[in-house]
Amino acid sequence: MDNRIINQDEINIQDDTIEYAGILAELALSSEEREQAKKDMGRMLSYIDKLKELDTTGVEPMSHVLPIQNVFREDVVENGDGRESSLGNAPFRKEDLFVVPKTVV
Amino acid sequence: MAKIYETVIGLEVHVELATRTKIFCGCSTAFGGRPNAHTCPVCTGMPGALPVLNRKVLEHAAAVGLAVNCTINRFCKFDRKNYFYPDNPQNYQISQLYLPVCRDGWVEIDAGEGRERKRIGIREIHMEDDAGKLIHDEEANCTLVDYNRSGVPLIEIVSEPDMRSAEEVIAYLEKLRLIIRYLGASDCKMQEGSMRADVNLSVREKGMPGFGTRTEMKNLGSFRAVTRAIESERARQVALLESGERVLQETRRWDEGKGVSYSMRSKEEAQDYRYFPDPDLAPICISDSFLEKIRAGQPELRTEKMKRYKAEYDIPEYDIEIITESRHMADLFEAVVALGSQPKKVSNWLMGETLRLLNERGMEPEELCFSPENLAKLIALTDRKTINSTVAKQVFEEMFAHNTDPERYVEEKGLTMVGDGDILRRTVEEVIRMNPKSAGDYRGGKERALGFLVGQTMKAMKGKADPAGVGELLKELLGPGRESTE
Repeated sequence: MDNRIINQDEINIQDDTIEYAGILAELALSSEEREQAKKDMGRMLSYIDKLKELDTTGVEPMSHVLPIQNVFREDVVENGDGRESSLGNAPFRKEDLFVVPKTVV
Repeated sequence: MAKIYETVIGLEVHVELATRTKIFCGCSTAFGGRPNAHTCPVCTGMPGALPVLNRKVLEHAAAVGLAVNCTINRFCKFDRKNYFYPDNPQNYQISQLYLPVCRDGWVEIDAGEGRERKRIGIREIHMEDDAGKLIHDEEANCTLVDYNRSGVPLIEIVSEPDMRSAEEVIAYLEKLRLIIRYLGASDCKMQEGSMRADVNLSVREKGMPGFGTRTEMKNLGSFRAVTRAIESERARQVALLESGERVLQETRRWDEGKGVSYSMRSKEEAQDYRYFPDPDLAPICISDSFLEKIRAGQPELRTEKMKRYKAEYDIPEYDIEIITESRHMADLFEAVVALGSQPKKVSNWLMGETLRLLNERGMEPEELCFSPENLAKLIALTDRKTINSTVAKQVFEEMFAHNTDPERYVEEKGLTMVGDGDILRRTVEEVIRMNPKSAGDYRGGKERALGFLVGQTMKAMKGKADPAGVGELLKELLGPGRESTE
């Protein structure tokens, strides 16, 4: 996808990039929404691009922001029946199941 | 001359780990709960929920890694694999892309008669969470989701493209299954989805360097499906190349009912996972002492066990192979022998009646419920000739089903053989009187008539006699037969 982004002072998002991002995010955008998304995405990417100004040679990729490691829990069941609290957020439910638009099964 | 094509296969095997709880939360992994009962904010991807790694998952993953000769990465971490699909409530799977827990291992396979042993390379093993289950609702034309499986721990074992046939693939899968079951890290049931394999396959002209374009086959629910899908995909790719077309790199879905695969449409297949380190999960540093503990806890694996059995027990090699196919069976064998039973007798019960009943009932050796003590008692009962072999089989069935104490059962049901007491003697005399012709035949030299009389006596005794003893008694009472005329 990166090669489809023209990286100049202001990033210009192409139609096919929005189309592709829409497929990945399972979004159906109207043409107005699409234009707005192009602008927003361009602004966000330009902002993030500032990071490229930094010289990162010799800097190890960071794997965690805190200097911690080996945080474990023991293999003990702690949670009971979570049906009602989990399904409480469901826009639609059928008995104890979430209902979502049809996917290819 | 027709071109000869070689099939090149690599496997991605997912194995559900045998933990009590999910990988990142304290929800139960028990199978068959009510839909969405085993869910919480972590495994349903609620914002702000904090996943914490189940220590047992790391232990199982490292144990499998060591057993398949991997290097354990002393520093590993989790990454988010982003994709949007309703089975995945977080909108990302927590997996390990950059620093998986294990790398560079191998297993040895033995594919088919006369084939040489072959090493199959294992590129890596990583830990990840399973997705929820989607159920298609035909009636309402929508999809229903159960997140009980969401967050169940998996390891994915990625092989090198080292396999060349379906037989080798099956041998590799069987080997992995055997090792993982021995470790107790998973039950590896393909039919139930606790072991799943995706097949990466390409073809190339034999002897050519490099690889052809590969496809990935999903939805393979049994060894049979794996075999059929490999044969079908090989044929499809060869046909494409023969007609001058190209193989497209794509994911295909196997339809076992129809015996064909379908290309998954590009929209479903569009993937751009944008992996990045998961900021919620702390990195893992594996210490020497952790690894030592795992190493010390490794059970004796099958290869070593077979060697030891050959040295320690006087039983045929065939018996050793069968018994060591399951660690549970091998443990049972050793426990019964340790209680004083003769090894060959124990092996006969395990390979005979035990396997027969397991097959008949579609059960796995792990599901056996009878105790070693009870099998030892049963063998002792036959050794002492308290019961004969027919009665022993009957007692065994009872013990197989309910772990019944054979001594008590024999006592309660009055199955004890009647020895050489008065009852048996009177019964034999009665049988001789009732069957004068057979008695005469035997006296006349027809050995075979004795068998009939033994049978009649056993019947009269309701099976509670030792047939050999009955034979002896009959001979004694009938007097010595004449020289055989048969």
